[in-house]
Amino acid sequence: MSDIKIDAVLDITNEVCPMTFVKTKLKLETMELGQHLEVIICDGEPLRNVPRSLKEEGHKIVGTKKEGNRFHLIVERGS
Amino acid sequence: MLDHYIEDEKDKVEVTVPVIGKTAGVMSFNDLKTGGYIKQRQKDKFTVRCMVPGGRLPIKKLKKIVEVAEKYGADYVHLSIRQSLEIPYVDYHNFDKVVAELSEVDQKVASCGPRVRVPTACSGCEYNPNGLSDTQGLTKVVNDKFFGAECNHKFKTSFSGCPIDCARTSEMDLAFQGAVFPEWEEEKCTGCRICASACQEDAIHDHPETGEPIFFLDKCLYCADCIRACPTEAWVSGKTGHIVRIGGKHGRHPFKGSVVAKFVSDEDVPAIIEKTVEWYNKHGVGKGRIRIGTLLREEGMMQSYMEHMKDVFKDKAVKDPKPPLEINIQE
Repeated sequence: MSDIKIDAVLDITNEVCPMTFVKTKLKLETMELGQHLEVIICDGEPLRNVPRSLKEEGHKIVGTKKEGNRFHLIVERGS
Repeated sequence: MLDHYIEDEKDKVEVTVPVIGKTAGVMSFNDLKTGGYIKQRQKDKFTVRCMVPGGRLPIKKLKKIVEVAEKYGADYVHLSIRQSLEIPYVDYHNFDKVVAELSEVDQKVASCGPRVRVPTACSGCEYNPNGLSDTQGLTKVVNDKFFGAECNHKFKTSFSGCPIDCARTSEMDLAFQGAVFPEWEEEKCTGCRICASACQEDAIHDHPETGEPIFFLDKCLYCADCIRACPTEAWVSGKTGHIVRIGGKHGRHPFKGSVVAKFVSDEDVPAIIEKTVEWYNKHGVGKGRIRIGTLLREEGMMQSYMEHMKDVFKDKAVKDPKPPLEINIQE
């Protein structure tokens, strides 16, 4: 995870579904193809919805780190 | 809500439409109800129940129903608990016109009574992201093949696309719920721990050191949350199909249906219904209006049913399933 260059960080730990994914999606749309966004997300419902929606929209989760009840997801912007 | 509000003094009328295979003529209110024409309190007025399998109603049919209701009914329609659309306040003298106009768009009147009813279903996998099975497709197949088949009593079926079970498969005489068995591929796993956090049933724990999943099969509901959440496709779909529940019912004394088979295929579904109705009709003879759940609670009947179904369920049969469970809602 450490060797990936992070281009932006987004904290969605204060959001609830579906805003968790909406904010992530909007952020990714401002980024270039192949750039990396670090998303900080709570476990539970956000974690069930966000990774799944990212996959469906063609983005790729290339790294993860768990910290207590939070996850850091490294998302590569897809097309 | 007392009987003196009932305006009719008769209990039969002469109708000009065929009902449940009987030709037009003098018919009792009971026979008419059986055919989907339900007597109201008001003199000569009936509610006509339109068949809407799985709750999916094409716009073309809906428009025609609206047209018919405006002409022959009241100023509203009623959505039945089992997804039918009912046109209240139809005078029986207009049955032939109502039926003829509805048939212009192939809209059928649904029946009540002791027979296989129109299946209910959730919206299914087509657009619901939780959906694991094509509930709408199966509803159509089952309705076309089995609707109206005679039984000892009512026989309700339903299809739910996932374990959330919106179509309440545990409360039907025979019903099917979509399910996916998750399989884990070690070489693709990065030990990210997302699946363990995504699982709502505590069926996946993460290994303290490697982060790899430890799977507890007995807790899994086969919902596929782990498969959807996994970033690296390390969780994949294994066997997929339906959980089969039998013997549930509503009413004054509801039963919770029993799981009798797991992961049966779409192709198995018609055979399961056919064989089940065959068993039901054979063993219910001479017992009057008896639901299959009541029959299955009799001594030895669960074993008899499983024996009858073994060639259809094959290795998907559940071992020694319990009889349907009585639920007391009266206390």
